[in-house]
Amino acid sequence: MAINTAGTSALSTDEGVRRRDWIHIAALSTAGVGGASLLFPLISQMAPSEDVLAASSTDVDVGAIQPGQSIKTTFRKQPLFVKRLTPEEIAAAKKDDAADMRDPATLASRTKEGHEDILITMGVCTHLGCVPLGAAEGENKGEFGGYFCPCHGSHYDVAGRIRKGPAPLNLKVPEYSFSSDTVVRVG
Amino acid sequence: MSFAWAKQYEPQSAFTKWLDEKLPFPRLVYNAVGAGYPVPRNLNYMWNFGVLAGFCLMLQIVTGVVLAMHYAANQAVAFGTVEHIMRNVNYGWMLRYAHANGASFFFIVIYLHIFRGFFYSSYKAPREMIWLLGVVIFLLMMATAFMGYVLPWGQMSFWGAQVITGLFTAIPLVGEPLQVWLLGGFAPDNAALNRFFSLHFLLPFVIAGVVILHIWALHIPGSSNPTGVEVKQESDTVPFHPYYTAKDGFGLGVFMILFTTMVFFLPNALGHPDNYIEANPLSTPALIVPEWYFYPFYAILRAFTGDLTIPFTGIVLIPAKLLGVIAMFGSILVWFILPWLDKSPVRSGHYRPLFRKFFWFGLIPTMAALFYLGGAHAEEPYIMLSQIFTAYYFMHFLVILPIISQIEVPKPLPFSITEAVLGKDKAVEAPRAGTVDGTDAGTATDGSLQPAE
Amino acid sequence: MSIRLGGIIAGLAITLVLVLWSLAPGVYNFAFGPAPEKQPSYAFYEHGEGPAGGFSFDGAFGKWDYAQLQRGYQVYKEVCSACHSLKFVAFRNLQDLGYTEAEVDAEAASWTVPGIDPATGETTTRPGEPTDYFPMPFPNAIAAAAANNNAIPPDLSLITKARHDGSNYVYSLLTGYGEADPAKAAKVGFETPDGLYFNKHFPNVNIAMAPPLAVDGQVTFADGTASTIPQMATDVAAFLTWTAEPSLVERKQTGWFVIGFLLFATVLAFLSYKQIWAGLKPKKG
Repeated sequence: MAINTAGTSALSTDEGVRRRDWIHIAALSTAGVGGASLLFPLISQMAPSEDVLAASSTDVDVGAIQPGQSIKTTFRKQPLFVKRLTPEEIAAAKKDDAADMRDPATLASRTKEGHEDILITMGVCTHLGCVPLGAAEGENKGEFGGYFCPCHGSHYDVAGRIRKGPAPLNLKVPEYSFSSDTVVRVG
Repeated sequence: MSFAWAKQYEPQSAFTKWLDEKLPFPRLVYNAVGAGYPVPRNLNYMWNFGVLAGFCLMLQIVTGVVLAMHYAANQAVAFGTVEHIMRNVNYGWMLRYAHANGASFFFIVIYLHIFRGFFYSSYKAPREMIWLLGVVIFLLMMATAFMGYVLPWGQMSFWGAQVITGLFTAIPLVGEPLQVWLLGGFAPDNAALNRFFSLHFLLPFVIAGVVILHIWALHIPGSSNPTGVEVKQESDTVPFHPYYTAKDGFGLGVFMILFTTMVFFLPNALGHPDNYIEANPLSTPALIVPEWYFYPFYAILRAFTGDLTIPFTGIVLIPAKLLGVIAMFGSILVWFILPWLDKSPVRSGHYRPLFRKFFWFGLIPTMAALFYLGGAHAEEPYIMLSQIFTAYYFMHFLVILPIISQIEVPKPLPFSITEAVLGKDKAVEAPRAGTVDGTDAGTATDGSLQPAE
Repeated sequence: MSIRLGGIIAGLAITLVLVLWSLAPGVYNFAFGPAPEKQPSYAFYEHGEGPAGGFSFDGAFGKWDYAQLQRGYQVYKEVCSACHSLKFVAFRNLQDLGYTEAEVDAEAASWTVPGIDPATGETTTRPGEPTDYFPMPFPNAIAAAAANNNAIPPDLSLITKARHDGSNYVYSLLTGYGEADPAKAAKVGFETPDGLYFNKHFPNVNIAMAPPLAVDGQVTFADGTASTIPQMATDVAAFLTWTAEPSLVERKQTGWFVIGFLLFATVLAFLSYKQIWAGLKPKKG
C-alpha cells in the first residue's frame, strides 16, 4: 500500500537498478529521430528548387563574332563570355601551355576540336565571383591580355587561365557543343 | 511561486553551476515545465491541450518562416509563388500543407482547451488572469489566421478580405473611411496584401509573448484539476517532469498521427476549393465562407437579419449589419467577463448537476449547430436556426450561468485531490507516504483557497 | 454583482432584439410569405459520380497510371489547349508522366511559345524548350472573352483542386452534355439560352463551353486505346489531377511512412508514460 511520488519511478535517480529503463530510452531516442528528421525538409527547402535546377540551355550564334572580339551573354543567370581568338592570341596561348600556372591547362583542353578560336567561359571570377573586365572593347584586359578582375586584381590570360592575383582557378568552361558551325548550345 | 514541497533545481556540473549564477535559464525551465513544477496528480487528457497548443504555435512559426522564404506578397505573383512552393520548392507541398492544416489543428486544440476551461471553470479565481490572457491569445489567433488566409490570393482570400474589412463599415460615421484605411485602397489589392503579410508574420511572435504571460500567470496559483479542489498537500501533486512530460509526449504522438493523416491524405479537406482559383475582383464566389474555425462567429454575424426599428414608425435605431457585428465581437468579448458572471463556489462541472446539464445539452449542441450553420447557405431554415442558437449562446453566458450559479445545490466535494484519486481511507495515510525528503507534507500546504471564492 | 446584473440585462436585450426583430419576421415570412423562387434549372442538375471503377490514384494507396496520364496529356494537347491554358505546368514536368528526356525535348519543341528575336529584340515565337511553361492560348483575358462568347476559359492547372471532388467533376462535366428532358423543360419553362449548352453536371446546367469531346475517336491515342468519349474524359481528368497536384502519389507514400513511424513512436511513448505512472498507482489488495 504505498503511493510514492518518486521512489519507484523508473526515472528516479535514487534507485540503483533501473529496471526497464530501456522503454524510456527507446521512446526518447525515437522522439529524437523524429525531431531530427523534421529538420530534413526544413533544410532541404532552402536548396535550389526544381525550376532553378531544371537545366536551361542557351544558344549562342558565334558566326558574327570577329577575331579579337568577344560577346557577353547570360547562361543560368550568370554572365558568359564568348570570344573569338586572333591567330596571334592562339599562338600566344599555345606558347604558354607549358608555362608555370596555378591551374595548369592547355588551350586545346579549353576549346573544342576544330573550333580552337572559340573560347567560351563563364564571366565569373573564381576568386569571389565578380565579373572580370576584358570582354568589351576598350576594357582593361590585364597583364596577360585576357581578362582582368578589378575587385581583387586577378589577371587571366587569353585562354582565361589564371596567371596572377588571388583567384585559385581558371575561368570555368561550361558544358557546350556546336549544334552547327556557327551556333553553340551551352548547357 | 511554488508549493513549499516543490523540488529545487540543483546544478550538478561545474558548467551548470556557473550558468546558474550567470543566467539561470535551466532553473527557469526546471521550474516552469520540469520537476520543479508540482502539478495536481489527477489531470485527465483534457489537460493535454495547453502543451499541444504551444506545440502548434511553434509548428506554425517554423513552417511559416520557411514558407515566407519563397512567398512574395504582391498581388501579381502571390498566387503563383504559392504554386511555386507547391510544385518546385523541395518539400514545399509538405510545408505548405502542414502550415495550412496546422492552422486548423491549432484551432481544434484551442477550442478543446477553451471548452475544458468552460466545463471545469478554469476561469474562476484565482485563475482569472490566465483566462483573460487566454482570450487575448484567441483574439490574436483569429486575426493572424484571417490574414494568413488572405495571403494565397485565391478567390476566398480576396473576398474574405473584402467581407471582413467590410464589417467595419457597420460602424457609424467612421466605418467607410476605416475600411479604406484598413485596405489602403477601395478594394483589396497590393497595399492590403502587403500589410496583411507583414502583420501575419508579426502577430505569431506577439502571441508567443502573451503565451509566456499566460504560463507565468498559470504558475502563480498552479494548474487547476478535474475536481476543482485546490492542492492542499504534497500527495496531491506530482512533479511535471517526468509525469506530465511523459503524458504530454504520448498526447503529442496521438496529435501528430491525426495531424499527419490530414496533411498527407486529406490536405485540402478543411480548405475551400475556390481558393485554388486566383483572386478575381470581378466575380464573387457563389458562397463566401470563412475558414471552418470561424463558422460559429460567422453564424452569429449572419443571424441578425432585421434592423432594430421603433415599431410602426420605420425609424431605424440600429441597422442589422451593425447588430451582427456587435454580436459577433460580443460573443467573444463576453468571455472576458465570464469569471465574474459565474460565481458558483464550485469549479468542476462534475460536482454541479445543473450547470452540467446546461453545458452538455445547451452550450455544446449550440456550438455544434453554430459550427454547421456558419458554413451553410444563407437561406431558410438555416437563418432561423442560427438565430435560435445565437440567442441561446448569449443567454447561456449572460443569463443562465449567473442564475444557476446562484440557485444550484452542488454535490459534495472530495476533501482533497488525494482523496478523490485514492478514496477516503487511503487518503488519510497518504500525506506522509509520498515524502522523499522527509518534510511533512501535511503541514506544508500554502493554505491555497478552497473553494473558489 | 453589478457585472452579473449588467450581464443578465445585456443578455436579455440581445436575445429580445434577435427574437423580435430578426427571428419573428423571418418565421412569419417562412410561414406565410411567398415560397422562395427556385431557378427552373435546378430541376435538371444531377450530381456527377465520376468514371465507373474510379481513378487509379484514388484512395490512400493510389498510384498514377502513366499510360493514362500520357493519353490525358494527348487529349489536353489536341482538344483543350485550343482554349484553356495550363500556366503553372512546364514542359519539363512531363517527365513525371513517364516520358524520357528526349521525348520531353521533342514534345516541348512541338509547342510554339512566345520568344524574343535575339537580333532585333522584337517579340516573336519559337519552339518550346523543357524549361518553358505551357503557352497561353490567348494573349489576355479580354481576347479570351472576345473569342469565347464572353466566357473566359479557366486555366486548367488547378482545376481539379478548384472544384469540389475535382477529378470526378471534370469527368462528369465532359460526359454530361445532352438535351434537357423536353417534357420536363416545357412544364417548368426551362430553355437553354442561345450560345450556351445544356450540361446536367454543370452547377447551373447551362455552360458556355461547347461539348469538347463530341465524337468517339476524336483523338487517336498513341497507345492504341479506343478513344471513346468516356475514355477520353477519364484520361484527361486524370491528367488534370496530375497537373493540379503533381506530388499526390509521393504525398501519400510519404504519409504512410510518416504515420508508421509515428505509430511506433506513440506506442513507445504510451508504454513509457504508463511505466512512469505505474509507481504512483496504489497497490491492489
